[in-house]
Amino acid sequence: MTHFMVLPLIITAVMAPTLLLVRGQLVIQRTLSVATTALLVVICAMLMAQAATGEVTVYKMGNWDAPFGIVMVMDRLSALMITLTALLALGVLIYSIGTKWDERGAHFHPLYQFQLFGLFGAMMTGDIFNLFVFFEVLLIASYGLMVHGGGRLRTRAGVQYIIYNLAGSTLFVFSLATIYAVFGTLNMADMAAKAATLPPEDAALVRTAGAMVLLVFAVKGALLPLHFWLPNTYTHAPAPVAALFAIMTKVGAYAILRVFTLIFGPSLALTGTLFSDLLMPAALITTVIGMVGVMAGGSLARVASFAAVGSMGTLFIAIAPFTEGATVAALYYLIHSTLAAGALFLVIDMVQARRGTCALDLRAPIAQSGLVAALFFAAAIATTGLPPLSGFIGKLFVLDALRDHALAVWVWGVVLVTSLVAVVGFSQAGSIVFWKAHAVKADSTPAAPATGVALAGVGGLLALIVLMTIVAGPLTDYLTDTAAQLYAPEGYIGAVLGAEE
Amino acid sequence: MSLALIAALPFLGALLPGLMLRAGRNACATATGAVTLLALLGLLSHLPAVLRGEVVQARFEWLPMLGLNANFFLDGLGFMFAGLILGIGLLIIIYARFYLYKSDPMDQFYTYLLLFQGAMVGIVLSDNILLLLIFWELTSLSSFLLIGYWKHLPEGRQGARMALTVTGMGGLALIGGMLILGNIAGSYDLTVILENREAIQQSDLYVPALLLILLGAFTKSAQFPFHFWLPHAMAAPTPVSAYLHSATMVKAGLFLMARLWPVLSGTDLWFYLVAGAGLITMTLGAVIALFKDDLKGLLAFSTVSHLGLITMLLGMGTEIAAVVAVFHIINHATFKAALFMTAGIVDHEAKTRDIKRLGGLRFLMPVTFVIGTIAAFSMAGLPPFNGFLSKEMMLHEAAHTSTLFMVMATIAATFSVAYSLRFVFHVFFGPKRDDYPAKPHDPGFGMWAAPALLVVLVVLIGLFPKTMVGSLVATVSKAVTQTDELPYYSLALWHGVNAALIMSIIAVATGAVLLLLHKGLDRAWIAAPRPEAKEIFDALIGAITRFFSWFTDLLHDGAMSRYLAIFTAACVVIVAGAFFSADYLQGTRPMLPITNASIIGFVLIMVPTIALAFLHRNRYLSLVLMGVVGLILSVGFAYLSAPDLALTQLSVEVVTVILLLLALYFLPKETPKESSPARRTRDAVIGAGAGLGIGALMYALLRREPDNIGWYFLENSYTGGGGNNVVNVILVDFRGFDTFGEIIVLGIAGISIFAMVAALMRSAGGKRLREMAKDQVKIGDRHPLMMVVATRAVLPIAIVVGAFIFLRGHSEPGGGFIAGLVVAVAVLMQYMASGLEWAQARQRVAYHGMIAVGILTAAATGIASWFFGYPFLKSTFGYVTIPPLSKFELASAMAFDVGVFLTVLGAVMLALAELSRMGVAADPDQPVNTDPMDIVTDGGAIRSATKDS
Repeated sequence: MTHFMVLPLIITAVMAPTLLLVRGQLVIQRTLSVATTALLVVICAMLMAQAATGEVTVYKMGNWDAPFGIVMVMDRLSALMITLTALLALGVLIYSIGTKWDERGAHFHPLYQFQLFGLFGAMMTGDIFNLFVFFEVLLIASYGLMVHGGGRLRTRAGVQYIIYNLAGSTLFVFSLATIYAVFGTLNMADMAAKAATLPPEDAALVRTAGAMVLLVFAVKGALLPLHFWLPNTYTHAPAPVAALFAIMTKVGAYAILRVFTLIFGPSLALTGTLFSDLLMPAALITTVIGMVGVMAGGSLARVASFAAVGSMGTLFIAIAPFTEGATVAALYYLIHSTLAAGALFLVIDMVQARRGTCALDLRAPIAQSGLVAALFFAAAIATTGLPPLSGFIGKLFVLDALRDHALAVWVWGVVLVTSLVAVVGFSQAGSIVFWKAHAVKADSTPAAPATGVALAGVGGLLALIVLMTIVAGPLTDYLTDTAAQLYAPEGYIGAVLGAEE
Repeated sequence: MSLALIAALPFLGALLPGLMLRAGRNACATATGAVTLLALLGLLSHLPAVLRGEVVQARFEWLPMLGLNANFFLDGLGFMFAGLILGIGLLIIIYARFYLYKSDPMDQFYTYLLLFQGAMVGIVLSDNILLLLIFWELTSLSSFLLIGYWKHLPEGRQGARMALTVTGMGGLALIGGMLILGNIAGSYDLTVILENREAIQQSDLYVPALLLILLGAFTKSAQFPFHFWLPHAMAAPTPVSAYLHSATMVKAGLFLMARLWPVLSGTDLWFYLVAGAGLITMTLGAVIALFKDDLKGLLAFSTVSHLGLITMLLGMGTEIAAVVAVFHIINHATFKAALFMTAGIVDHEAKTRDIKRLGGLRFLMPVTFVIGTIAAFSMAGLPPFNGFLSKEMMLHEAAHTSTLFMVMATIAATFSVAYSLRFVFHVFFGPKRDDYPAKPHDPGFGMWAAPALLVVLVVLIGLFPKTMVGSLVATVSKAVTQTDELPYYSLALWHGVNAALIMSIIAVATGAVLLLLHKGLDRAWIAAPRPEAKEIFDALIGAITRFFSWFTDLLHDGAMSRYLAIFTAACVVIVAGAFFSADYLQGTRPMLPITNASIIGFVLIMVPTIALAFLHRNRYLSLVLMGVVGLILSVGFAYLSAPDLALTQLSVEVVTVILLLLALYFLPKETPKESSPARRTRDAVIGAGAGLGIGALMYALLRREPDNIGWYFLENSYTGGGGNNVVNVILVDFRGFDTFGEIIVLGIAGISIFAMVAALMRSAGGKRLREMAKDQVKIGDRHPLMMVVATRAVLPIAIVVGAFIFLRGHSEPGGGFIAGLVVAVAVLMQYMASGLEWAQARQRVAYHGMIAVGILTAAATGIASWFFGYPFLKSTFGYVTIPPLSKFELASAMAFDVGVFLTVLGAVMLALAELSRMGVAADPDQPVNTDPMDIVTDGGAIRSATKDS
């Protein structure tokens, strides 16, 4: 058994406390942090290359066989998710250092690595209780990051964030109890194997278990009506943290994709189309509410927060049918919206840093107005799903994949109309900040903060968006294989449980 | 040159202006022009092939799975449009060089212009309709930038947003339409779609596809009722207007209708929608144009009218009408671009575009006068200019369609004559004035060269239509209609006396009369109530924005109680719904007898829980009640034979209650009264629903016969894990990785608390904290002697107990987690007894470090197994004998447990230390005990109890 597969977990778990030991020595912390994250990008990419062959790699923690011990499983989906996480994390980290965000509070770098540990674990684990543990890790780490730097509004938003998510965790515990009572196991592959053998009179409890975990993941994924934690959290979190949170909501999406293809899959007779039927209306409403919030304005950060809600809605629209084609669209959109939201929040932070506020009020033009405006324009294009960036391709994918769905008219209507609403919202917001500002005479142009390193972070994320537009063909080949692997879970189940034989 | 390169050149070139501006404005313009010229030459290289009727192609795979590929093709239609876009684009670049003011950032302008140009070329060269959509939306975006170029002008910003909103809406509709179209045809390639007329028109989805596509085309080409955005886009610099509204942006919609003409046209719906909208737009635009005082406004509505004219021709659905449409597209582009440039010159030199402030310019600006007059006469449809030719042919077609078309077309033509003549007579004729905002004179050659070239074309095409554009029109028309043989037509000035000529004569005569009566008509027009599109649009968008804002704030009002109520209610409803949607058979596991002990236990849990709902406003009392529940829970665990859990629960309970107690110091004693009775009732219902639901679920689960993997742990705990205490072996071995995660959670919690307190102390919150503490009631003796003595005595005992619990963990109840908590409680009490400073002074290990070392120890134990060829966290054990002790077991899991111990201890202590730090901050004047036995006297001084001083 090769240990390479768990390196992302081990490296972060070792590096985070190490960074804690060298607290107070910022240069060392920054160097270690960046080097580690860059290394993680490389390792994750290698794991992705390995997973691309179709091989499902299993790592038995403590050498206990599944389903008794905890296993980490690396298939195409997990490899994709951790690679995406590492890439986003690297860009955001570089930005945080470039803008000295990491100095504004204690323990930024250890918390950051702990956060990555939680994310990687959630994306790799093959055990649903262990998934709960990693949800806790990433929740508590994200809370620490979220209140980084302090401040009244931020602390208040942080309290709401953690309370809401703890409510979700409580539900998770209840659902784990249900799962263990019904399936008698916590290993996801084993659950999948058991699910097929359960008698019809267990249908009610199986559905109950499924609905409960669906709700838990929906909280993470900010799906209506369980999205209430998101807008304030994202608005008031430090911008780099909000940017990193772009992947946090995707953990919910990932978990739904994993659990509802593997365990409560579309072919499971006991549950039928229940979860698909639950998910689709919620996804549609989420998209609407999110984009309505974009047009409602308030501040750039708030606009971006609601855009994040809206994009989660669109993502769930593509997940909801649980078909291979739609899942390919969902995966493409998932990658895109993660990078786009990350870039958007970082650009908004650049505005905030130069303007003192990102409220949509009238102020003099900011320093480097042209540069920041161009970045904002690009990020807004990506977020609203206009060409030529990947958001447009993602939306085309979604529309195309769902054309035969029973609710196709609704899907098309919602996706297209909300796109327009978002375009109007972003054009109003951008127009006030970058154009109308020129009607105001500035007393003196404020000095621009240092940009070089920070710009590399933002630019890197935007470059990734451009890249995934250009190499859309090869990328979707991988995604197609990923979806195929998800909907043929025998490979996964066999790889995990095969050791028994 | 490859078609892809032609389309890509402007995009690549868009990088140049920014770089070249450093070399000067001429270099900037030259570079931009060179890019366009290169693309134009590339295009012209295909002219022979196109005229031969060949279709040039370039194909690149991009996203085959979606059917989105970079496929380009060039036939007559594409060639004509690309030629107009690049040709007029080149003239605009020259013109703009001299038009832009010194203060205008030229590099931005040219960059936007090239982006726009590239997008337009892309539209007309795309074979793949998804690719076309990309370029289509890009024109919306780049025109947004161009229209808003003068960002300090509110009209510019508003016009840009309006254009983006309207054309963006159309673009999104077009996406829908194109996807449907592609699905019907089975391909997203135009070349395939164009061959599937039958399938498309017979499909059930033809109507929605048509409606959506037309929505896209109409919004782009400013067809009624979406015509209103175009005049407001005139806030852009004139070169932009000249480009967007003569040859490019607004023609994109026409291009689309022409491109899809073979497959979409010919149905009744097509005729009524397209020809109808065109007819209305043509007439309406012409009428409004007459009453516009802004030169560009007049031209804008004239553009609307002419776009309507072409739309109407395409809508007629006959091949001959399509030929006329093609011809008029060419003619309109030439004279309208020239007119916009003329208007720009007037504006540039006279500093006004208001017709009412102009007049008599023919002497002051003779060159401009000649150019403007020729172009305007062409627009009026006067011979011998090119506008006359296509207008005559249009009237001919209208006359042969129906009386309504004939009448409306004549009215439109009449007003065209009137506003065109007004453009000439009210600007250039009349007496010379002395109140121009600036002294007008002809501009330099650079500025009038471009329009001059265009009017030369206007005249030449008018005089020699066949020679100039005969073959082009034929080729293009064949491409539009997708036929090899066109019906007979003749491009000529004189067709004899026919209906069209008579209509023309009527139009010219009446138009001249209208101009004479203009003053009176204008007064009536101004007095007449009419809908102002911009106001309606602004009001609509404003109302929507306000409504969305109100709605969003209403929904997200920030009230945590409501969010949680929604969360709980949603969970109850959805989970219950899922349960009742399928079969359920109750389990058969027998019920346990109800014993007295269990009754007491339940009462002890339920009473405080219910009491909490009523008494929660008193924070201290709440904490006590919660403590009771936790305690009973521990007893419950013990009762159900889970001593490990009981111990853990107990120590966790103690630590949390102490920490919460300390935290309560900083909080008001009571929570504010916030809920109305109605809301409390609502919450009670939701809460009861959730509680009963969970109860029911647990009942259902517990009545099942257990069938799980638990047996494995019982069987393998000793043989595989080396411990009799299965719970501990599960924690540190079977599921050691879970524990690893959980101690990390604890560690993170500790350092997060530290970070939060640090931030709090720095911020305004720290100040409030200091203010607040003054009001607190303080106990008389901060460090009671009895307590100090007791805690000192307990400390070593507690540490020994901790060590004992730790060591026995693997086989008996205990382990690192509990040991950590026990030791933490003992140390914690030192803080309480003697204060932060006393304790800190004696603390040699930093808690941050303890957490870090703890996690690292656990991780190192896990990694160590790699060196024995096992996976992470593989444990091993053996038996050792160290005399004089008896043989005992040593498991590697013990090292792991040391990590757990350290992390737990560090995290708890860090949390405590931070709370103490806040306490010190809240009351900085408090005396510090230096000696364990120090006591504080009434006066606040410290007296040592041991050293009698």
